[in-house]
Amino acid sequence: MKLGIVQETRPDERRVAASPNVVGRWVKAGWQVVVERDAGARASYPDAQYEAAGATIVDKFEAWHADVVLKVRPPGEDEVLHLREGGTLISFLYPAQNDALLQQLAMRKVTVLAMDQVPRISRAQKMDALSSMANISGYRAVIEAANRFGSFFTGQFTAAGKVPPAKVLIIGAGVAGLAALGAAKGLGAIVRAFDVRAAAEEQIKSLGGEFLTVTIKESGEGQGGYAKEMSKEFLDAEYALFRAQAKEVDIVITTALIPGKPAPKLWLKDMVELMKPGSVVVDLAAEQGGNCEYTKPGEAVVEKGVTIIGFTDLPSRMASVASDLYGMNLWHFLEEMGGAQGYKIDHENDAVRPALVLEGGEKKWPAPPMAKKDAPAAAAKPAEAPKPVATAPAAPTKPAVASPKSSHGPAPRAPSPASGIALSLLGLVLAAVWVGLRYGQSDVAASPGTINLLQHLTVFVLAIFVGMQVVWNVTPALHTPLMSVTNAISGIIVVGGLLSGIGKLDTPVIVAVAATLFATINIAGGFIVTRRMLAMFRK
Amino acid sequence: MEHLIPNSLLLANAAYLVAAVLFILALRGLSSQETARRGNLYGIVGMAIAILATFSRPTYGIHFSPYLFGAIAVAVVVGATMALRVGMTAMPEMVALLHSFVGLAAVLVGFSLQLRHGEGSLAEHIEVYVDVIIGAITTTGSVLAFLKLRGSVSGKPLLLPARHFLNLAMLIGIVVLGILYAREHKDMTLELGTAIAAVLGVHLVAAIGGADMPVVVSMLNSYSGWTAAAAGFMLDNDLLIVTGALVGSSGAILSYIMCRAMNRSIWNVIFGGFGAAPAPSAKKSEAKPAGEVQEIDAATLASTLKNSKNVVIVPGYGMAVSRAQHAVRELTEVLRNAGVNVRFAIHPVAGRLPGHMNVLLAEANVPYDIVLEMDEINHDFPQTDVAIVIGANDIVNPAAEDDPTSPIAGMPVLQVWKSKLVVVNKRSRAAGYAGIDNPLFYKPVTKMLFGDAKAAIENVVAALKA
Repeated sequence: MKLGIVQETRPDERRVAASPNVVGRWVKAGWQVVVERDAGARASYPDAQYEAAGATIVDKFEAWHADVVLKVRPPGEDEVLHLREGGTLISFLYPAQNDALLQQLAMRKVTVLAMDQVPRISRAQKMDALSSMANISGYRAVIEAANRFGSFFTGQFTAAGKVPPAKVLIIGAGVAGLAALGAAKGLGAIVRAFDVRAAAEEQIKSLGGEFLTVTIKESGEGQGGYAKEMSKEFLDAEYALFRAQAKEVDIVITTALIPGKPAPKLWLKDMVELMKPGSVVVDLAAEQGGNCEYTKPGEAVVEKGVTIIGFTDLPSRMASVASDLYGMNLWHFLEEMGGAQGYKIDHENDAVRPALVLEGGEKKWPAPPMAKKDAPAAAAKPAEAPKPVATAPAAPTKPAVASPKSSHGPAPRAPSPASGIALSLLGLVLAAVWVGLRYGQSDVAASPGTINLLQHLTVFVLAIFVGMQVVWNVTPALHTPLMSVTNAISGIIVVGGLLSGIGKLDTPVIVAVAATLFATINIAGGFIVTRRMLAMFRK
Repeated sequence: MEHLIPNSLLLANAAYLVAAVLFILALRGLSSQETARRGNLYGIVGMAIAILATFSRPTYGIHFSPYLFGAIAVAVVVGATMALRVGMTAMPEMVALLHSFVGLAAVLVGFSLQLRHGEGSLAEHIEVYVDVIIGAITTTGSVLAFLKLRGSVSGKPLLLPARHFLNLAMLIGIVVLGILYAREHKDMTLELGTAIAAVLGVHLVAAIGGADMPVVVSMLNSYSGWTAAAAGFMLDNDLLIVTGALVGSSGAILSYIMCRAMNRSIWNVIFGGFGAAPAPSAKKSEAKPAGEVQEIDAATLASTLKNSKNVVIVPGYGMAVSRAQHAVRELTEVLRNAGVNVRFAIHPVAGRLPGHMNVLLAEANVPYDIVLEMDEINHDFPQTDVAIVIGANDIVNPAAEDDPTSPIAGMPVLQVWKSKLVVVNKRSRAAGYAGIDNPLFYKPVTKMLFGDAKAAIENVVAALKA
């Protein structure tokens, strides 16, 4: 399989889908990797580093023609045309907001996986690119604020007099908020954080922050770890708290987002006016309209002496680490899909299925709910997108966990590629035997015994290949159970014992009975041991 | 020579085909956690079909001996009892012992056939001979592996002065006897050949050091498959051939994967014994790593752990021996509740069987998403506050990287010494299974926690809770 890393084309985008470090991992794992010329240049990853990691530097056309194209931003209109028909694209996509783009992609008959739709379940954390980027944004928000702020973060007693520490207020203690909290704390500031979710208190305190909340009892816990919209009374209490804080704090970092809706307005004009001149507001929700009423997305503006930063490219401002982390998310995602050898789109994988937006041009998003409630919720109901909801129930896949005892027959499941290989090899075996039989009838020279031997050899050699194919990708954790199951299966020698144990009880039969005894001990023991071991593996 | 094939034979052969496919699905299923249990079930069903189909074959007037049924009944009870009673730590021995049963069964089948028809075609005799020889090697080799794993026999490699010559001599002896047997098919030559093969099996396994035991067990597994395949040729039975070849090749691949994980050539493991490349004298003349060993007590370790962010636990065979996995699980829980990021680093050859540690940790209910492989975690050690090595030695030995004369030079190891603090739990100051001293113990970042793994970890847990 060939992976293609393409250059980002938006002028404010410096990231690239993977760093040379990640590319090296892919190459080692057996992927072929092509990188568009200068793709990593703006993230400080020159082509030479990619080449050293084992990738081939190619032109735009070739990079976009790889089996799987890896990208950061959703593709632009012209980029969609570069995609090979029937190819695969993995990038951020935001399908709820990008209906037109989705239709264009569908026309190219491509398969698209959206990194922003990877569910927020614990197993999928290592592929959660939104969290990786939020983490960077939070850190960078503090750095940007410090850059505009006219004083120290840490309090100092100098010979010339004392400098008070900066006071930082963080609104919304999600991944970005917590990263900002950690960074500001690290610089020595006094940090307070506000969140509507009770669970945030512990996390805020664990990082050394002070937890602020309002007294009205209402849980702000939404689905998938996001907050939900709050009632009027709650908002009023919240505003009162913010107005009190506005007089005190020097830096405000807002991170409040509600999935599928514009960002809530939390830092109103009058609060900005209450702040000391020279204070800084960093609005991490700028892309969704902003939490601050003065925010201009993409810009830093000064209103009443207060700087309001609405940059939307914070991760891109730290392009090299952002590219590396995004690349690692992609690496884990591709591993989850089966890696270089077993790459496939498994509809029953609850970490991969929600990210599947298009498959061969066919719309697969939003994913039907899986099993229980740890299913994705981030994009479950996009308020202003009735269309996708209407077509949603088109593909009701079977719940993944519900049918553990699907019978022994292969009929009910769609054949996986691996069993396909096994079956086609088996077909070859049968064809070979048939050819052998034909020759057996027409050719006089060979004795039946020889032909028999030849047939057996054919079967033997093919079975060896099947065995190799089947075992090659086993995970190391299962080596022991695998060994014990093959051990049990090698008890098939019992058939030899049985076939020799025909007739009355003379010496050969006694020996055969003994053989049967030992072989059967092995069968019973082997299968039961395997069962016991497997019973222990659970999440 | 055309004669009618009875329907029951056709049916039996069709059933064999189904059984073979089920075995393939069983192996396939075992390659991932999600499908593993179903895979085992496929195997059981396949085996049941194979046995029933064999009984339904036409026997032309003579009947299956009733004693066969008795033998099966007794064997199922014996096998099940053994399997249900064996402790998780004794699993490697159990598997080795079971291998020897397969080998023994193959030898017996061969002899039965020889006793039944003394006369037969050349091809038949070769097949009988091959089956019996591989069977005999598997049997005695597995028995010795069983004894070594159990600790009844020392794990040290037995390196006779001229062992390559001895192997070669025995191999030639086996081949010569084989030719004699094929020509004259006397019982005597077959018996003599079997005896030599039995000695060869012992000698091959005796030369292999304890650290390579996982590979040996897997190789023997492969051999037991090849015997079954040889028996299939002997009995004109395709099911035996297919299944034997499946097991044989999968076992061989598994051994190869493991050898690759240790950066060793498979030939070195099979014929070499440990430390074949550098002369044994080189080891002795080597100066002992300089420096003093520093000790740490449970209370100090507990308070250090409380203040750490990242802790990595590296389990080894010592954890299995003292059944410390439950104590380790408890330690993990306590630390995780205190907000410490605890993860496990599993070396591909930790323990005495591949995947041994994973099985033990799974038994103790450690969630498998914090159990990581070497490649996943090795680059995280520089950010690790405390690395706790429990009963592991060779897999964390920096000599593998620094010292080209070390017998384990070139083997990838877990780089625990890059963490801020390494705590090594060990029963005593003795060298590891491979018999090599470990410079890790003398590094300034290393502190030793002497004592039985279970007791030591329980002390730490108690100190943490206090």
